[in-house]
Amino acid sequence: MSSYKARFKVWRGDVKGGGLKDFEVEVNDGEVVLDIIHRLQATQAPDLAVRWNCKAGKCGSCSAEINGRPRLMCMTRMSVFTPQETVTVTPLRAFPVVRDLVTDVGFNYQKAREVPAFVPPADLGPGEYRMMQEDVDRSQEFRKCIECFLCQDVCHVVRDHEENKPAYAGPRFLMRAAELDMHPLDAAAETGLDRKKTAQDDHGLGYCNITKCCTEVCPEGIRITDNALIPLKERAVDRKYDPLVWLGSKIRRRSAAD
Amino acid sequence: MSVVDRQEWDVVVVGAGGAGLRAAIEARERGARTAVICKSLFGKAHTVMAEGGIAAAMANANPHDNWQVHFRDTMRGGKFLNQWRMAELHAQEAPQRVWELETWGALFDRTKEGKISQRNFGGHEYPRLAHVGDRTGLELIRTLQQKIVSLQQEDKKETGDYESRLKVFQECTVTRILKDGSRVSGVFAYERETGRFFVLEAPAVVIATGGIGKSFKVTSNSWEYTGDGHALALLAGAPLLNMEFVQFHPTGMVWPPSVKGILVTESVRGDGGVLRNSEGKRFMFDYVPDVFKEKYAESEEEGDRWYEDPDNNRRPPELLPRDEVARAINAEVKAGRGSPHGGVFLDVSTRMPAEVIRRRLPSMYHQFKELADVDITAEAMEVGPTCHYVMGGIAVDSDSAAARGVPGLFAAGEVAGGMHGSNRLGGNSLSDLLVFGRRAGWHAAEYATGLTGARPPVDDVQVDTAAAEALRPFSAEGPAPGEDDGRPPENPYTLHQELQQTMNDLVGIIRREGEMEQALEKLADLRVRARRAGVEGHRQFNPGWHLALDLRNMLLVSECVARAALERTESRGGHTREDFGAMDRKWRNINLLCRLTDPTGGLAATDPVRGQIELTRETTEPIRADLLALFDKEELVKYLAEEELYE
Repeated sequence: MSSYKARFKVWRGDVKGGGLKDFEVEVNDGEVVLDIIHRLQATQAPDLAVRWNCKAGKCGSCSAEINGRPRLMCMTRMSVFTPQETVTVTPLRAFPVVRDLVTDVGFNYQKAREVPAFVPPADLGPGEYRMMQEDVDRSQEFRKCIECFLCQDVCHVVRDHEENKPAYAGPRFLMRAAELDMHPLDAAAETGLDRKKTAQDDHGLGYCNITKCCTEVCPEGIRITDNALIPLKERAVDRKYDPLVWLGSKIRRRSAAD
Repeated sequence: MSVVDRQEWDVVVVGAGGAGLRAAIEARERGARTAVICKSLFGKAHTVMAEGGIAAAMANANPHDNWQVHFRDTMRGGKFLNQWRMAELHAQEAPQRVWELETWGALFDRTKEGKISQRNFGGHEYPRLAHVGDRTGLELIRTLQQKIVSLQQEDKKETGDYESRLKVFQECTVTRILKDGSRVSGVFAYERETGRFFVLEAPAVVIATGGIGKSFKVTSNSWEYTGDGHALALLAGAPLLNMEFVQFHPTGMVWPPSVKGILVTESVRGDGGVLRNSEGKRFMFDYVPDVFKEKYAESEEEGDRWYEDPDNNRRPPELLPRDEVARAINAEVKAGRGSPHGGVFLDVSTRMPAEVIRRRLPSMYHQFKELADVDITAEAMEVGPTCHYVMGGIAVDSDSAAARGVPGLFAAGEVAGGMHGSNRLGGNSLSDLLVFGRRAGWHAAEYATGLTGARPPVDDVQVDTAAAEALRPFSAEGPAPGEDDGRPPENPYTLHQELQQTMNDLVGIIRREGEMEQALEKLADLRVRARRAGVEGHRQFNPGWHLALDLRNMLLVSECVARAALERTESRGGHTREDFGAMDRKWRNINLLCRLTDPTGGLAATDPVRGQIELTRETTEPIRADLLALFDKEELVKYLAEEELYE
């Protein structure tokens, strides 16, 4: 097994400030960036704060920026860097730092609460749901999301624009709205809830100008922009500008067929 | 001494995996104000790593399936040591629990008729696992998480506050259950982010903290699995049951070293994958034990036909329960027929078209591609056993999930013992979480809201003691009171590594008397050294400190495993003795209970000779006659002692 000493720069500090700290650390065959961070903890910096959990790309805890790119530390192999290269690890930029590589991701939990939940159909009991695979495929793609929040971090609408945060749910939660909107049995419409409208009016869908950065960083390979955000925009636009829809909305409540 | 924040809740749930969240939903829906405390962020619990599916006899894939068949499979898988009433409730209620998830928004893979699709798994007679590709755990946790959010949305509408009736305290760790006499009065916890201590006062506490795998070196478990709930229960005076039974999942990754232990789902075999040794032989045909002889194919041809025609053929032995497959792989490697990196070959590439593999096993495809440069559609995977699950756990009442001897304490999920006997079937974990999570939440709420008189008060002395215990690692440099030497503090990371090596080497998949005795000595030594585990820095998000505190739990639980394993002189399920290689019917109805020797934890913790754990034997309640009648007499003879059969 080959091993070498790598140069790392890791951001250390807290809400009061901090900076990049240099480390020299051993790297072995097959290792990922998270292994190296753990080695730093065990040998050089026992109080180095980092979030992680499954170490298999399934939980979405170990999000950070590696050489400036939002990534999961557990899924970033050291072999993508040359042994000479300095690897720089910094916390997610869009969220306030707590300590070292740990950020306050509370923004995302707040936004999650603002998306209206699944509305079960009133006439179907447990065990009576029938859905065809082709009808659940699309929403299932979105449910692959591991909530690593890399898309939320990279999205330029909030990345450098703190002021947009109150009005904008971010790709992850706009995708959640799309997921529910495309759920074959969601009965939101029957209760008068129009998910396209809330995505537009309450969650800031209009802020997204489809630069696809979210799709590029998604570790699950979900086509967030193409499959969730653009269709949601199209549906929202259809609604807004379709004169029949407009007329209908003026003279009666929206029906399930909407 | 310490001024600590206090809040009042009706029910506190420790752990936010499948069992904890299901318990919290139930408690809140039954009117109890409920708090959930979890070590990670909300939605990151270990349950997300479950891959294969949720076992429930919905009979969507095979009309012959029903709860009785599921019950039988579960008892066989656990080699009849299961707390049979739990296995019964589990088999009966699992379908309801799965269907309920759909009403909360879960989207399972579908059959052609639009029902929930079900897949084959080891030890299950029929295709029984509801699944979403190979990421079923993620679907489960997300659905429960979103259900909690929807309840919070209702509460917001009614009270103006999302958290008025159901609150999640994320990234917080509970270090002690507080008591008023014998009953629960609350929990003591710290916030990981700030290091601040706080107390939640509550008459009912549900422990749902999962397992213990982080005490072993090669494991599929995440850092959270430090046996916290097991230790909290012990320290609160509740016994643990059958801790010798630890499941080594047969297929973990073996290469590269940094991913050694990461799970390779059993679905790979359920969907047609086969195990081969270095000679290319499907060796599992040589490892079908007597008790399962009639139920498994004798030739590769028959096994292969079974996938298409299960009514007229028997299943391939790759789908034996996990304990059997893990031992077989271990034996092949030991005999020199292993793969280059010390595992065996698991192959789907020659069994299914690449496109099917990518659709049915997307995250396995991704995992091997990204972490090992292996394309599983073109070549075989290398796999070997990895510590995966603990069958042992807090001894509970089957119906109510109440822990023994501590009123107000409940436990559900992996941390609870009994349900799976000596070995858990794949897919039975997620259903266990739902069935008993709900029951624990229900009975905790009922207990808490039904209390008459004043709520149990929290004792200030206990709070102060807990605070002092949690702060000890910061003052570990100097000699402890009463000691005169001033040895330097121990590095918690080093202690943890030594513990993992010890358990892996000496109390692992194959056990020997001498090695387990050696392990107990080593654990005693580590226990003394762990008292001196010191940390640098301050209390704000300090992983070194967190680990130093978790060590107490890992050491307690590891001692339980080692002592119980030394005591049980037979091989059964997740407990294999080289010196007692056979299953012994006399042990069938024996439970081993672990209790704390000295509940104050003082002397025993520092004395290397005296252990912290006391073992007692208990004879289990006879299996109810109508449940026994579900089996053939010829089969029962293999498991039950003579006197049990005559009754």
